[in-house]
Amino acid sequence: MTPMVDLAFLLVTFFMLTTKFRPEEAVQITIPGSSSNRPIPVHKIELDIAPDGKVFIDMEGPKQRYLWAQTMNDDLHLNLTKDDMETFSHLGQFGVPLAQLKQYINLSTSERKALVQPGIPKDSASGEIAKYVEYARSADPEAIFAMKGDREANFEDFHKILKILQDPPNELNNVDFLTTPKMGIK
Amino acid sequence: MAEVSQEGGGGGKHKGGKPKGKKSSTHIDMTPMVDLAFLLLTFFMLTASFSRPKVMEIRFPEKKKNNEQPDLVKNRDNVMNLLIGPGDKLIYYFDKGKNQPIVPVTTNYGVDGIQSILMRPEYKNNPQFLVLIKAAPDAKFKHLIDMFDITRVTDTKQAMVDITPKEIDLLKGQ
Repeated sequence: MTPMVDLAFLLVTFFMLTTKFRPEEAVQITIPGSSSNRPIPVHKIELDIAPDGKVFIDMEGPKQRYLWAQTMNDDLHLNLTKDDMETFSHLGQFGVPLAQLKQYINLSTSERKALVQPGIPKDSASGEIAKYVEYARSADPEAIFAMKGDREANFEDFHKILKILQDPPNELNNVDFLTTPKMGIK
Repeated sequence: MAEVSQEGGGGGKHKGGKPKGKKSSTHIDMTPMVDLAFLLLTFFMLTASFSRPKVMEIRFPEKKKNNEQPDLVKNRDNVMNLLIGPGDKLIYYFDKGKNQPIVPVTTNYGVDGIQSILMRPEYKNNPQFLVLIKAAPDAKFKHLIDMFDITRVTDTKQAMVDITPKEIDLLKGQ
């Protein structure tokens, strides 16, 4: 039995070390397939489009997130406290308008999970997407801008967002799309 | 694993002919540990996701200041207009000039659809060849990604531009 147990533990160790737990996601997004095999960049700012067109944003790294919250708070007067920013630095993907950010951060973990988030407003007049992205990019200049859209999302929603991002202040013309590896096409 | 003796002195050695209990076995019952190991193994194997997402980088034509379309078209003959419609609709046409009728061709996203068309020598060997990707508002995001992927794989120059109302009608007519 000993060799079997050895093997079992070896496998347990392997899976434990290679597993990276996915953070809690506010919305389920099924990404489209492509034949690209470029790995995901280490630092990324991710803009998500849900099947119903709602927009969410996510950035990795507690330090960068803290800075993100701090600069937004300083410039846009969001009334965040130091504790709020600390909490925010450990959260994941979210989709609330700037005005509701403090309220969202102050929710308890279970309340946050149960909340149906409204998504970041897409209209270019409020410019909320542009602001979130602008401050995220200045908080982590090394981050790559990535977009994660659901397969079934409408082109119209994507196009609206792309236009906002191509406008100043972001002027983003290079987008990394998150895709799952697809077999068959060479 | 060694058994730890609780006796003081040389209790384990039965000195003085005073046998203290039975000589217990040095084997440990490993069954619960193995159970746990397999439980963990099963858990991690089931939760592990092997196909990590990848990224596909796409450059978009820069937006012009006064909301104009980017000036990409130099010679109409080299430009394929590819229209992504709702559902699985996909058509392409070449603009032959003002008074020439538009002849749209219906195709699909498969390997023997648009991909093999883009591999045709008349397009493949034309360095000026350009595909203008135009998607209807109700087209699916995945089809846009499909087209980016196919142009990337076939090494075709592409640019995503706005669709015109005329072209939306063209899609509806098909």
